[in-house]
Amino acid sequence: MIKVYTSSVIDAPADAVWARVRDFNGLPHWTPFVVESRIEEGQPADRIGCVRNFRLRDGGMIRERLLTLSDYDYQCSYAILESPMGVENYVATLKLTPVTEGNRTFAEWWAEFDCAPGREQALTEQIGQGVFQAAFD
Amino acid sequence: MIRVRRSAVIDAPIERVWAVLRDFNSHSAWHPAVGPSTIERGEAPDQVGCVREFALKDGHQIREQLLALSDRDHVSTYCILDATLPMRRYVATVQLKRVTDGDRTFWHWESTFDVPRGREREFEQLVGGQVYEAGFTGLAAFLRRGGRSSPAVRAVDAQGVVATAFGGPEVLELRRLDSMPPTSGEVRLRQTAIGVNYIDVYIRKGLYRMIDPPAPIGMEAAGVVVESNAPGFSPGDRVAYACPPPGAYATMRTVPAAQLVLLPDHVDEETAAAIMLKGMTAEYLLHRTHRVKPGDTVLVHAAAGGVGLLLCQWASALGARVVGTVSSEAKAELARANGCAHPIVTRTYSFAENTKQVTGGRGADVIYDGLGREAAQENFAALAMRGHWVSYGQATGPLDPVTLSEKSGTFSQPVLFHYTADDLHPMAGRVFTALRDGILKADIRRRYPLAAAADAHRDLEARRTTGQIVLLA
Repeated sequence: MIKVYTSSVIDAPADAVWARVRDFNGLPHWTPFVVESRIEEGQPADRIGCVRNFRLRDGGMIRERLLTLSDYDYQCSYAILESPMGVENYVATLKLTPVTEGNRTFAEWWAEFDCAPGREQALTEQIGQGVFQAAFD
Repeated sequence: MIRVRRSAVIDAPIERVWAVLRDFNSHSAWHPAVGPSTIERGEAPDQVGCVREFALKDGHQIREQLLALSDRDHVSTYCILDATLPMRRYVATVQLKRVTDGDRTFWHWESTFDVPRGREREFEQLVGGQVYEAGFTGLAAFLRRGGRSSPAVRAVDAQGVVATAFGGPEVLELRRLDSMPPTSGEVRLRQTAIGVNYIDVYIRKGLYRMIDPPAPIGMEAAGVVVESNAPGFSPGDRVAYACPPPGAYATMRTVPAAQLVLLPDHVDEETAAAIMLKGMTAEYLLHRTHRVKPGDTVLVHAAAGGVGLLLCQWASALGARVVGTVSSEAKAELARANGCAHPIVTRTYSFAENTKQVTGGRGADVIYDGLGREAAQENFAALAMRGHWVSYGQATGPLDPVTLSEKSGTFSQPVLFHYTADDLHPMAGRVFTALRDGILKADIRRRYPLAAAADAHRDLEARRTTGQIVLLA
């Protein structure tokens, strides 16, 4: 099992950041690499178990299932069902915590997954920097 | 119940922030509202259950207990036991998280507690603002100035006493030295007291080739951690060491944390500097090289000297009969007052007959010999059948090879640092316990400023000193 952990400080209040992030269908609005997203079977985006189906800028398709969503903890987690990334048992969690000093947000995003031997380093880099950090930026 | 939460981002790696915060007694070094703080009963500041007692600068007194500490999760939880403030059931948690973006640290500080009705808002502001937020600012500033514990430190350039060549005391010179920042596993100290030992004389003369002049000398010192790059040590910790390489005659020094011991509250820094090397020498001589038993006759040379007095104190407490040699009547009195039952005054190293006399002709079961060549024949004569001759120094020059078959004797040539390499902490611990129990007493008769190290050496070599000598930085 590989674990990737990325964290950053976002210069906006946590409730404002959470309003964006809690929308499981909202990736195209705040990440640079998702161009199109829909929730399968017409489910609401905050219903636990719903599946988002989105297309990456490079054309790849990813399906992810919402596992937890907590408006109390500003935290959500999801699992990858299908992707071109070559990962298995992929579960990611995104969590926000208010930084009272400066009214900013501490954002953490981590994932655990399995992958083919030899690809650990590349995937860690791709997910940590290419996905999580790029999304924070 | 009030819940107070504050958080901030500190512009330093989590390891650096945690090294300070995990030390339950570090707050007086970085928190602007906290005055003097001590951990009760001399416990370590990372021992779960330890209690810190401190005063706020506004005069309030607080005792807090460490409830949980996790190096894995970077969490510390503690509660108030007693306070002159009307706060009840106060439990607080400090949690750090790594900000991978920029290698910074997210610090969350939270507590719950009760206060008298109507004062909730006042206490929310007090704890959140003057304790937590002020703490964030205080620690950030503390780290920015290099984790140094007092403004005085910044003003002090490192200075040290250097042997400019091998030779007499005149080769010692006070010079400016570079104080290197600690690398991983190292700690930088502001040294307050430095021990003077006969080995320093040997090194200065070139008898022990441990330096390449010009180079600083000195084997032991005590002081305060000003910067730590090692787990278990935080700015403000009082520590001591006794080990090579030479270089202890200095105001600041960076040393490997593995060589340091934390000083318990009952041992001040002067005492530690005076007694670390000599006390641990007495410890291994009496407990390790030879296990002294009640009824043993122990012969101690230079019985009024730095190590000699400690050997007399400790051996007599162990139930041994102590015979000692000294160079004057005054020193004989001092040795006697420290447990030496039979001081022998001699300036010519003749003591065998006297030793035999007071032991009914038997001689000494163990001889602790720091004299070397000039006293070799007498030592052999004073040794009991099946006795143990322990040569741990050679003030009068190196010994020729020793043959003891005539007495079925044992000869040992122990070196302190071969013992401390494995057993530093148990050895230092036994010395500190003996100090606490009054078995060992430091006897610091002479204190010299660091710059006067040459005078200290002159007095030591001229046998003008008794007890321990320290240099004050």
